[in-house]
Amino acid sequence: MPSGYHITEADMSKTFFIDTSRCTACRGCQVACKEWQGFPANKTTQLGWGSHQNPPDLNCFNYKVVKFSEFKIKDRVFWNFFPDQCRHCTEPPCKIAADAHVKDAVVIDKKTGAVIFTERTKKISKGGFLQMKEYCPYNIPRRNEKSQIINKCDMCLERVEAGHIPMCVKTCPTGAMSFGEREEIVARANTRLAVVKKEFPEAALLDADSVRVIYLITHKRDQYHNNAMMEKPLKDASPA
Amino acid sequence: MTNHWIDIKNTDCCLIIGSNAAEHHPICFKWVIKAKEERNAKIIHVDPKFSRTSARSDVHIPLRSGTDIAFMGGMINYILANNLYFKEYVNDYTNAAFIVGPGYSFNNGLFAGFDPKNKIYNKKDWQFELDEKGNVKKDPTHQNPRCVIQVVRQHYSRYSIQKVSDITGVAPDVLQKAYDAYAATGKPDKAGTILYALGWTQHTVGVQNIRTSGIVQLLLGNMGVAGGGINALRGEPNVQGTSDHAILYNILPGYLPMPRANMPTLKDYNKLTTPVSKEPESVNWWQNRPKYMVSLLKAYFGKNATKENDFGYDWLPKLDVAKSEHDGDASYLYFFDRMYRGELKGGSIWATNSANTLPNTNKNRKALANLDFLYMAEIHQNETTEFWHGPGVDPKKVKTEVFLFPSCHRAEKEGSISNSGRWALWHNKAADPRGKSRPMGQIMIDIMKEVIDLYEDEGGKFKEPIVNLNWYRKYDAELVSKRINGSFTSGEKKGKQLTGFTDFADDGSTASLCWILAGSFTDEDGNKLKRRSLLQTPMQKSIGLFPNFAWAWPMNRRILYNRAAVDKNGQPWDLARAVIRWNGTEWEGDVPDGGAPPMAKKGGKSPFIMLKDGLGQLYGTGLVDGPLPEHYEPVETPVRNHGFSGQLSNPCAKIPTSDLDIIAPPADPNYPIVLTTYSMTEHWCGGSETRNVPSLLEAEPMIYVEMSHELAAEKGIKNGDPVIVESPRGRVEAVAMVTVRITPFRIQGRIIHLIGMPFAFGWTKKGIGDATNRLTLWAGDPNTSIPEYKACCVNIKKADKVTELA
Repeated sequence: MPSGYHITEADMSKTFFIDTSRCTACRGCQVACKEWQGFPANKTTQLGWGSHQNPPDLNCFNYKVVKFSEFKIKDRVFWNFFPDQCRHCTEPPCKIAADAHVKDAVVIDKKTGAVIFTERTKKISKGGFLQMKEYCPYNIPRRNEKSQIINKCDMCLERVEAGHIPMCVKTCPTGAMSFGEREEIVARANTRLAVVKKEFPEAALLDADSVRVIYLITHKRDQYHNNAMMEKPLKDASPA
Repeated sequence: MTNHWIDIKNTDCCLIIGSNAAEHHPICFKWVIKAKEERNAKIIHVDPKFSRTSARSDVHIPLRSGTDIAFMGGMINYILANNLYFKEYVNDYTNAAFIVGPGYSFNNGLFAGFDPKNKIYNKKDWQFELDEKGNVKKDPTHQNPRCVIQVVRQHYSRYSIQKVSDITGVAPDVLQKAYDAYAATGKPDKAGTILYALGWTQHTVGVQNIRTSGIVQLLLGNMGVAGGGINALRGEPNVQGTSDHAILYNILPGYLPMPRANMPTLKDYNKLTTPVSKEPESVNWWQNRPKYMVSLLKAYFGKNATKENDFGYDWLPKLDVAKSEHDGDASYLYFFDRMYRGELKGGSIWATNSANTLPNTNKNRKALANLDFLYMAEIHQNETTEFWHGPGVDPKKVKTEVFLFPSCHRAEKEGSISNSGRWALWHNKAADPRGKSRPMGQIMIDIMKEVIDLYEDEGGKFKEPIVNLNWYRKYDAELVSKRINGSFTSGEKKGKQLTGFTDFADDGSTASLCWILAGSFTDEDGNKLKRRSLLQTPMQKSIGLFPNFAWAWPMNRRILYNRAAVDKNGQPWDLARAVIRWNGTEWEGDVPDGGAPPMAKKGGKSPFIMLKDGLGQLYGTGLVDGPLPEHYEPVETPVRNHGFSGQLSNPCAKIPTSDLDIIAPPADPNYPIVLTTYSMTEHWCGGSETRNVPSLLEAEPMIYVEMSHELAAEKGIKNGDPVIVESPRGRVEAVAMVTVRITPFRIQGRIIHLIGMPFAFGWTKKGIGDATNRLTLWAGDPNTSIPEYKACCVNIKKADKVTELA
């Protein structure tokens, strides 16, 4: 059990485990997510971009985007995949920022721990939105310019409440993604880390104590797309 | 696949070559990853490009496209020279001891019997030497220089690591490590699997590429065992099902050969196509072929097929005899050539986007306009259905009358699909068809009903094959499945479903549309394609075998040639991975390849029951272009010679000769770069379906060309730049994707660049680019006519302006 996070008896909260050592970047999760949400496609292009990473980043119609990072170490090519999404922080700084503008525009689902952006986010000012973005260590919140709603992954809360697993997890063919009760998932992540470390000594779990979407990476953080980084430590995030 | 998807988890070494498995068969990687995690299996990916497959493999070995036989030949040499083969297996289960006839020779790249005028071999001199009784002569000591293992050894002794390195571009130490890793599976308690796909078939040496895996797997004792096998990865387009049901010109359902002009009667057909073996331990299963053929004719023509009329054999079309490389070839290679030459009046194209996915697209698009009529069934409009108003085409000048039948989607109908592991699986209808779209089966039945009526009412030339058909009244997928399984047509059991192969007869008392699926739909168990039970024995469980889930041909056997997974006493080579086991009175585990007892027992049979002599063929006379695979360059190649012989490319390659079939000479400085083409996860084949799925087009929106940083620097191209790729046949606009995942090759001491492009994009979706296949060439494998999509020569430059991309 990682330090700094205590599970109480009543805690049935949920957590994802995303094992990037198993990810083949098939992008089934990315597509299933937006299909489930019923989102339209963005107009994407290769001109001036030249990458498989499409759309280039998260946006109000893509709660999940698989990020690609390629590099060479001593003539060996590596291609790291990172299915990026909201981490559902246990103490979400975006909520701290949002609450300062519109109370309860961001709520935490008591049972699952899901961090939910409600329709009230519409009322958050441009400045408030920028602050939410700034507070988020992973650059997650996006705004639908038309509806003004600020949105991001909702943990497929409706599905979870009905006893299903989130769509991205359901779709994953290689077992890179799992979802369940926090205690069990954290244990699984630690077990898996111990195994992966044998092949990749730099392997690590990303911010496992403070998030509900725990990534296992095999290389250093900076060998993944930017958003794998926690741009600033959580403890620095305090209300303005 | 000789094995099946789940079985990949049982392997100790997974050699993925000629396949981008993770991208094109995403689910399969679940099992590859399991093998890696649970068995510490080594995953080796051999492919020109570092792909998502390479990213999850232990090692990626980039080789120049079209040099797989050199790579595999080097491995065969390595295994034999270092004595790494599985002796007991090779001795007992292969034709290693067979003595090749004295006429056999191999000189300067050509085998005995080559006819250069007609580009074919007379195979007389490849045959085995027979004794006075007609049995193959053998040397169990393997000392005779003409015995198979010696012939193989000598042939591949030329494939030294240095020579292989020189032509493939793979460093010698990398080759040696890969050979060591894979050869380590040549032990009784180890298993290695080879996964391949279109990266092997789409070459003018395609079938011989696959033959190399046959030789390697036999030498290492990897056939028949769990975690072994030769596994052709077949996917969503139901390639397995369409092959089984013969959507190919040269076979009838169940892999029966198509009749040819020298087989005017059924008797001739049976005589010329039914193998005879005098080997006492050989099952020679194909000796049953006449039963399957007659049962197929009975299924086609019903009561109109009688003993007196040869069961309607006369009504089947006959292919010309193959007196040259192109005679009697009705594949799309020559079909489009004839269409281009104006020799075809009309036809139908179903569920394939020919004007995008076939090579040398510019020729094919012109060819379509030579037809009087064309009718098609499709879900979406695509480059083929719309060819008459494509880029540069004036619809007023196209005479072709085009009909398009709207087809419904897979999810809008029920039916069967066969997965790569030969499992026939039923799928239910999820939604009603939209608009006026209908299942293709229904469209086909209705068209044929009209045609039958017309012939009956008005008569016509050679109407018998049409009016005598045992045709359907309406489309009922389950009824078709029932007829595929087949039934008794007379006698006591008349009307009863066949229960398996042993029910078949050659007297017209049985009918079946595809003998290999007999047993899949019985009176007792109904439609077994619908089974979803996970019930299994502990022995089956240990290798992930689910005999009660769906149904696999033949006879629900999950691992083909499984009698080679045991020793002569019927005991598994590896107890922990037992596929079958003789318990003293019967076999346990998987359905065995025939019920005969183990070889050491009385009545025991050799394991390779589909082969005439019952033994795995290290040396085989079945292919048209040689008894052993030999390295030849692609028809369009960046090198002048390859160092293995003076024969640069496959002497039997099928190459049409129209004015648009222009081929660059070897090492043409105008086209110095190798182009390889491929598909991707996000788009399905030619893309006409997936380009219409917004979330998939969002993920892969536009045609691109993957190239190395080195080539990009040479050409002044930056990532994301629009570029123009040119071959002697066409010009394609694409966006540069500059990547470390493609590295320049060092070939014969100089640098050769390779680029890669997907073929899923076409003009009917505006601004995403048009057919990559305008660059590729019509040059076919001599055995299958599959075109060489994987290697041709091009040049590339930065584009000043583009019209196809927006």
